[in-house]
Amino acid sequence: MAERRVRVSSKVGLHARPAALFVQAATKAPYDVRVAKADGEPVNAKSILSVLALDVRNEEEIVISAEGDGADTLLDELEALVSDPGPDGA
Amino acid sequence: MPDLRGTGVSPGVGAGPVRMMGGSVPEPPPDERHGGDAAAERARAHEALHAVAADLEARGAKAGGAAQEVLAAQALMAGDPGLGELVDAKIDAGMAAARAVFEGFAGYRAALAGAGDYLAARVADLDDVRDRVVARLGDLPMPGVPASAEPFVLVARDLAPADTALLDPESVLAFVTEEGGPTSHTAILARAIGVPAVVACAGCTTLPEGSVILVDGGTGTVTVDPAPGDIAAADERTAARAAASAASGPGRTADGHEVPLLANIGGPRDIAAAVSVGAEGVGLYRTEFLFLDRAEPPTVVEQEAAYRAALDAFPAGPVVVRVLDAGADKPLAFLPPGDEPNPALGERGLRMLQRYPEVLADQLAALARAGETGSGELRVMAPMVADAADARYFADVCRAAGIASAGVMIEIPAAALRARDIAGEVDFFSLGTNDLAQYAFAADRELGALARLQDPWQPALLDLVATAATAAAGAGKGCGVCGEAAGDPALACVLVGLGASSLSMSPPSLPLVRAALAGHPLDACRRAAEAARAAGTPAAARTAARAHLSLLPSLGL
Repeated sequence: MAERRVRVSSKVGLHARPAALFVQAATKAPYDVRVAKADGEPVNAKSILSVLALDVRNEEEIVISAEGDGADTLLDELEALVSDPGPDGA
Repeated sequence: MPDLRGTGVSPGVGAGPVRMMGGSVPEPPPDERHGGDAAAERARAHEALHAVAADLEARGAKAGGAAQEVLAAQALMAGDPGLGELVDAKIDAGMAAARAVFEGFAGYRAALAGAGDYLAARVADLDDVRDRVVARLGDLPMPGVPASAEPFVLVARDLAPADTALLDPESVLAFVTEEGGPTSHTAILARAIGVPAVVACAGCTTLPEGSVILVDGGTGTVTVDPAPGDIAAADERTAARAAASAASGPGRTADGHEVPLLANIGGPRDIAAAVSVGAEGVGLYRTEFLFLDRAEPPTVVEQEAAYRAALDAFPAGPVVVRVLDAGADKPLAFLPPGDEPNPALGERGLRMLQRYPEVLADQLAALARAGETGSGELRVMAPMVADAADARYFADVCRAAGIASAGVMIEIPAAALRARDIAGEVDFFSLGTNDLAQYAFAADRELGALARLQDPWQPALLDLVATAATAAAGAGKGCGVCGEAAGDPALACVLVGLGASSLSMSPPSLPLVRAALAGHPLDACRRAAEAARAAGTPAAARTAARAHLSLLPSLGL
């Protein structure tokens, strides 16, 4: 299983546009994708409601995991999404 | 059905089919069960979820921008796989689809509502998605602004900013609401996009969906099933107004008495609209936009740029900037208000700035710098000035900051009554008729039930305007009007007759005000003003004034 520990640089955390893009990207995968706060229970990364309810803020750490063909590429993409500080700059 | 009457708040006429704003969607009963075929019920639920997601997606693509992001996130909520599983499980246990959807959302709702401020705001988005799905399953009208291929008259109990964010101005012929007053969100929106509107119109929500109505936003009349002649006459008025709006040039009466026509703006992004209608300057620059939604006040440099943008856009005209009008009704993180049971009567406006003098000092420093480097003529004014002591305080701090022209808003009745005392302290007045009416009649601006008292034709309000304008003239000072009243063509003539020396309004109102003034000599405006003040009711004042403003009908007004 591929797993990634990522610091969320998006100014708005994992909410609003970054959350929507994150869920949309995860939804493309034909296998399970999970996301959790550093020491929390993982939730389905394809569920916007679950992802929003995690309430991940700017500079918090999350753990993304997936298992399947191309999981590393997908995790690269998800990592890039949450590492983008967003339109207001760093 | 007899004609309906309300308060006309955005002039013009529009006729078309009624589309009712969807009301609240009732909660499906907790004990609602399906007939026994769980698979069919699951399919029904998923069809509804999918259809709502697709509709939200399509509306987002049409709206673009920030609205699209909100709608795309809502579409994802409707298609949420976790939600789908919850709904399936509940239906398998016998629950009807609508109730299963309602309960499925409830768990997420609690999680979001319990988290931070941002998430609490998403609860409204989630509720909207839930209501849409429940409405679809129960064959109920969709909440929110209706979708319609042909243009329509939007009828609602009231409209909130969130309801109208996605509204396509091209698709709405007129607004009619049961609640709301002349300064309600509906009224301001309607004037901003130039669509006729009638508010405080009792009985309008019982109009049948699809029936044709004729809305006259000048007189406040709503004609049900109008005769072809009515619509033709209305169309003629529309054409006459369009012709009258085509004129350009500075504001003046038929006999050449100059009345500068200025624009109300809420930031640099409103400047283009003001320039396009030929505004001669800015009569009310609201500066709250610089301060809202931030943890720290804006820097002097940031403020200076925003002010200079307006000064450079109007090199020949005045730019009247109102300093920050904050208070318990619009709290800011860096200006914590006291615990006030009655914010409208609390420490707002200048009172708040006296508590936080460093915020005022920064704003005045930025204004002074913009005034030195910008092209136009800078004037600065304070909101919520009650007496001469307030006025003197503000004039002193302005002079200390190097600002040449310092004025005050006249929006508290005490300030209007003793305007003579205040005129000695400052360089100009600006009458804020919305708040002046609110305070004179002890009637909340936003309460539709009190719309009668917020009518700017109320003779008591006209008396206060006359008192302030006379005091200003006696002291050789200018007295502008920057409330919504200035944008009503007939009332604008009356205000000039009462002594207003300039008029400031939302830009779409400006061309018709220009035409109305150009059609009547100052003497006619004065007689109209006298007649209005001699009347005992707003309706009588309007009728009496119009008798002296003989050209209004030929302008379609």
